[in-house]
Amino acid sequence: MHIGKYIDLVHRTEKDLVDAFKVVAKAHRDEVDIEQTCLLLSSWSQQLAQIMEPVANRYNKENDKEPDRLTKTLLKKARKGSMAMLRDLHDLYLIVNEVLVCCTILKQGGTALADEELVAVCEEIEQQTTRQSSWLMTRMKSAAPQTLIVAKP
Amino acid sequence: MNESRDSIKDIWGERTPYREEWPVRQDQRTGEEPDKWVQSACVLCSNGCGMDIGVKNGRIVGVRGREGDRVNHGRLGPKGLHAWVANNSTDRLTKPLIRRNGKLREATWDEAMDLIVQKSKDIIEQDTSLGLGFYTSGQLFLEEYYTLGVLGKAGLGTPHMDGNTRLCTATSAAALKVSFGSDGQPGSYTDLDTTDAILHFGHNIASQQTVLWMRILDRLAGPNPPKIVVIDPRETYTAEKATVHLALKPGTNVPVMNGILNLIIQSGNIDKGYIEAHTTGFEELKKIVSAWPPERVEEVSGVPALKLREAAEILGTAKSVVSTVLQGVYQSMQGTAAAVQVNNLHLIRGLIGRDGCAIYQMNGQPTAQNTRECGADGDLPGFRNWGNKEHVQQLATLWNVPLDKIPHWSPPTHAMQIWRFAESGTIKMLWISGTNPAVSMPELSRIRKILKKRKLFVVVQDAFNTETTKYADVVLPAAIWGEKTGCFTNVDRTVHISHKAVEPPGEARSDLDIFLDYSRRMDFRDKDGNPLIQWTTPEEAFEAWKKCTRGRPCDYTGMSYAKLSEGSGIQWPCNEKYPYGARHLYTDGVFNTDINQCETYGHDLDTGAAVTEQEYKVKNPAGKAFLKGSDYLPPHEVPDEDYPLWLTTGRIVYHFHTRTKTGRSQQLHDAAPDGYVQISDEDAAKYGIREGDMITVTSRRGKVTEPAKIGGIEPGLVFIPFHYGYWDNDKRSRAANELTLTEWDPVSKQPYFKYAAVSISKEEDGMLKKIGKSIETLTEKLKLQEV
Ligand code: SF4
Repeated sequence: MHIGKYIDLVHRTEKDLVDAFKVVAKAHRDEVDIEQTCLLLSSWSQQLAQIMEPVANRYNKENDKEPDRLTKTLLKKARKGSMAMLRDLHDLYLIVNEVLVCCTILKQGGTALADEELVAVCEEIEQQTTRQSSWLMTRMKSAAPQTLIVAKP
Repeated sequence: MNESRDSIKDIWGERTPYREEWPVRQDQRTGEEPDKWVQSACVLCSNGCGMDIGVKNGRIVGVRGREGDRVNHGRLGPKGLHAWVANNSTDRLTKPLIRRNGKLREATWDEAMDLIVQKSKDIIEQDTSLGLGFYTSGQLFLEEYYTLGVLGKAGLGTPHMDGNTRLCTATSAAALKVSFGSDGQPGSYTDLDTTDAILHFGHNIASQQTVLWMRILDRLAGPNPPKIVVIDPRETYTAEKATVHLALKPGTNVPVMNGILNLIIQSGNIDKGYIEAHTTGFEELKKIVSAWPPERVEEVSGVPALKLREAAEILGTAKSVVSTVLQGVYQSMQGTAAAVQVNNLHLIRGLIGRDGCAIYQMNGQPTAQNTRECGADGDLPGFRNWGNKEHVQQLATLWNVPLDKIPHWSPPTHAMQIWRFAESGTIKMLWISGTNPAVSMPELSRIRKILKKRKLFVVVQDAFNTETTKYADVVLPAAIWGEKTGCFTNVDRTVHISHKAVEPPGEARSDLDIFLDYSRRMDFRDKDGNPLIQWTTPEEAFEAWKKCTRGRPCDYTGMSYAKLSEGSGIQWPCNEKYPYGARHLYTDGVFNTDINQCETYGHDLDTGAAVTEQEYKVKNPAGKAFLKGSDYLPPHEVPDEDYPLWLTTGRIVYHFHTRTKTGRSQQLHDAAPDGYVQISDEDAAKYGIREGDMITVTSRRGKVTEPAKIGGIEPGLVFIPFHYGYWDNDKRSRAANELTLTEWDPVSKQPYFKYAAVSISKEEDGMLKKIGKSIETLTEKLKLQEV
């Protein structure tokens, strides 16, 4: 069974997200709403990582080696400025959506295994992660025209 | 001075108890006997009292309430009776000013407007119109907002337009949209005539809308008085009359409302039939509020469980309820989420759309409703949905411009973001009309820094020199109420006409004329090469606006200047179906949530994430109201060791905004001459502070020094009125917004003025002398003021 790998992937990515949101919050604290919302979304990822913990432990032995994660390449460190902010939100969006894809896949596996706990965890993650993703999209959209078109003085 | 009553001493006047209906009482105040009376309405708060302007020899000499007006039945409050004297003030701006060699100097209109046009064109050339921002008001007339909206959206095509309404009324609009699909107040002031219970939530109505409060006082003095629940951290005039007063901690509005809803649902005092037929989301709401039993609410909010139960009993069993909501909710943590819980209360009990049942998501300013309707804030005119192509196309057709000219490709930029773009340098011209951000915005040191930026070209359009004009590159002298004709709409959708009574002073021009002039000089054209804006008078602008509202919730098509001048206030919608206006919206329980009708697809209450059209389609509420819950999120700044107290800011009965008008009335000024800091008896004892001592209040963002006023507030909390700035006293730092935070509600984007962490300390005696004010007189004055 490879399911443990996917569980581990989601679990680790979720933990990475806790930090990633914090990094972006700190780098762009001049954009007050970004700072505050990123901190809120970081706390959501924290909760999701926590509810994942028991399932991750249960499937621990299925997991032989650490999977590759998007967070390894994206968002190593955040940058300053409005273009950088757009790029950072974009990176967060990709990571968050990585979680969503993994979750969809996991939920299928969980359903096939009739693992109710796993399915319930997946649903919770899906719900909150979708909210994270929507916020990132909304915020990118509102920043895009000004960032792309208007020159800095 | 000839006055029917002394409204300074006796704010609400003698009681005229209900006899079936609300009796007429005409309040009047004149300096001389007028030659004529001119029809108008008051612009000193959102109540919209009908009034006549007394004129003699071309000057305003007084006002009187209009007896036949549906809003006030002749009454006026202290601001309405006194503030008209500002029109005659000798320090009105009468000529345009242009900054030359660092100083503002008189100029001609041609010079001023040409400079603005040249700057606009230069910026557009380099950065498109995304380099331009407009920050307007809640105090112009609807004809002016609509003109500004059209020139911004179809002329320039910039999404950067908002009003100071973002600070006062944005959450009202947002909460109505969340629950009912569009803006628009469901109820009517007449609901107060019969209602069994009233909820005032974060709304010190007795001080803000004094005439509306008279209506309630007269109910209390008549047969079958209503029960009143007040939710407010302070012991206000309003709270004094409460059957139950819930004095909560700052930032805990959501837990308290969740607690009340939970008790009501638990007790079964809900209208299951109504919920089933007309709402969606009940089960989720129930789940969220069920986590808030009274004991937990008490722990978080400080409201005793017993009191919460009493409040829930009143609100859960009354046969009719009127709820009013204002800044205590809008300007605090989770503003939209908390305001929505009031809508939920009415929805789950089916108390909406009929006599005695109303929700007033109050506005602060007299014409704020029109800023929202006409597209001078972030919204599209006529409550259209900028995410709905069909709606945008309607406007493109009406204005005869290409669809993509109208900035629907980006969410409208809210005021806080406009200021941020100006700060970061990508908005290069900021045109401020009818508002004074250098006193009213949060975190003033930051606002001053932005206004001072060399690369930001600042245009300020106002009637007086203000703390903001000081930083302008161009100042345009504006005509105000009484000097121009136009219409405006109050909280219960009543539209009044205000006729021009006198000429403006010097070369001052109406905001309408200024916007039309700009539009002409910019040569905005439609698709066929005709001038984009073809109206030249207020009445023509009103006719154009009517066309824009056809078929929308705020339908004005049944009104005309003639009809508005015959009577005294008409509620929208006014059209073929409702030729005399409609008291209630949603009488049939069908809301504006249909996908083709709604003003927005909605937002996540916690993050502000926008719901997409696709997602909305899936939900398809099709006319059902949304019941949306939210769990508690603690405020971002809370008292700690360094800043151990909560600050909250607010208003006092004698002043409006930054006192540009009310501060020029000697009587209003004398009644409330200066700011103060209100602290509890306990904190006064702890810090060794006596009444009138000068106290320095410090936050992470700034400092103010104010005389102390002791009592009437919970321990741990300090209150400072926000009206006082520097135009008439720059001897000390005293504007409350020196202390407040830059942050805002995720949905409505309204900034939070109702909490910040501060410390207090007593000024040294030496400082007291420097301030040069006699403590004794100050103490006396303070005593006259509200506790
Ligand atoms: S209640 Fe408001 S509108 Fe009425 S007189 Fe007072 S300030 Fe004016």
